[in-house]
Amino acid sequence: MAGSEGEVVVAAAISLQDAFLSIAHLYQERTGDKVDFTFGASGELMRQIEAGAPVDVFASAGEREMDALQSKGLVEAATRGDFARNSLVIVVPAGSTLGLKAVEDLARPAVKRISIGNPKTVPAGIYAQQLLDHAHLWGRLQPRLIFAENVRQVLEYVERDEVSAGIVYATDVRIAHGRVQVAARVPDGTYGPILYPVAKIQGSPHQGAAREFVQFVLSAEGQRVLQKFGFLPVK
Amino acid sequence: MIWSAFKLSILVVSLATVVVSIAGTALGFLLARREFPGKELCDSLITLPMVLPPTVTGYYLILLLGRRGLLGRYLFDLTGWTVAFTWEAAMIAAGVMALPLMVKSARAALETIDSRYELVSFSLGKGEFETFFRVTLPLASRGILAGVVLSFARALGEFGATLMLAGNIRGKTQTMPLAIYEAFISGEDHKAQVLAVILTLASVAVIYLTNVLTRPQKVS
Repeated sequence: MAGSEGEVVVAAAISLQDAFLSIAHLYQERTGDKVDFTFGASGELMRQIEAGAPVDVFASAGEREMDALQSKGLVEAATRGDFARNSLVIVVPAGSTLGLKAVEDLARPAVKRISIGNPKTVPAGIYAQQLLDHAHLWGRLQPRLIFAENVRQVLEYVERDEVSAGIVYATDVRIAHGRVQVAARVPDGTYGPILYPVAKIQGSPHQGAAREFVQFVLSAEGQRVLQKFGFLPVK
Repeated sequence: MIWSAFKLSILVVSLATVVVSIAGTALGFLLARREFPGKELCDSLITLPMVLPPTVTGYYLILLLGRRGLLGRYLFDLTGWTVAFTWEAAMIAAGVMALPLMVKSARAALETIDSRYELVSFSLGKGEFETFFRVTLPLASRGILAGVVLSFARALGEFGATLMLAGNIRGKTQTMPLAIYEAFISGEDHKAQVLAVILTLASVAVIYLTNVLTRPQKVS
């Protein structure tokens, strides 16, 4: 159905999954347009778009991936906008007895495995790397790090108690249904900022609907949904 | 990255193939020669990883062997060790995925043997054990060898279940297919190409070898 209106394909960072499904529901009620999603690590989605995936809209968990696509002329720069902010937390399995309180506690020998996103493709992994770098722990903790393919996988590892701790977005915790607990919030300025940009893909199959969906995410209504799911306004 | 992935793949796949070849031949023999209740159900369970998406098999392995898994929790309580994210996990995943090919090949090979040869061996006073190793196994050797080679190939290409159970840790659990995936999604096309070529050549060699091994021998 290339070129037809009435549907839009959105590639979105997996941390946006729940908020975007809710936004899509509202958008569909308003416009009647159908929204299809592909969720994944932003770096992975970026590669798929580069390879010509038939996607209309890209919502990334980091500027790096969007910048890379923009520099190749693959996104419409005029439609690009930041729509949310996020923050990092250190999570441990529910009932963990390690008593972690701060980033520095990750260096304790009892913390055997720490999961973060793979910094090569997962923005949450880059932010986690910045955080650990800032605490001068990146080098030391290397042997204990378990890289995940996306941030929700980090959460999954912590939920299953496969790792002692993980670094995820604050918004991820609420979907873990109490199977993880926040051990420590980390001070702003030691990583990031974590900004989510959205843009329409150049020459996308569903031009009109794509533009409308981007605008809807940036609108007051879209923002309300995002904040309901714990995302912070861009300021 | 290329070298460490190659070394790990060879280690993991070789060990998995050895275990699978022995276990698979034994299972194939049981299925071909013995009647027991639930025999076909047993065969179906062994075959399952061939039919299920590898990620589903990986998921089951986590439910079974994970830190809080059905068996994994006892292992952890006893030893303080857990299989997830270790190279042993990559071996288990590869082995479970390859086992059905081995069992199927061995069972088929053993079922087609003319059992009169074995009866002759028994009638000459040889025991079951000796008959198996000196008559049955040599007669079934082509089919079993083909099973070994196919198992090796399947283990070498294993991706989904490995990713689930062993993760993707460079130098520790990152086998060649995982390294190709990571190289591709992080834009390191050159690395992905080198690894893909190595894996392709290895696979062609394996298929070629299988064909040679299973070619019917001409009666001279």
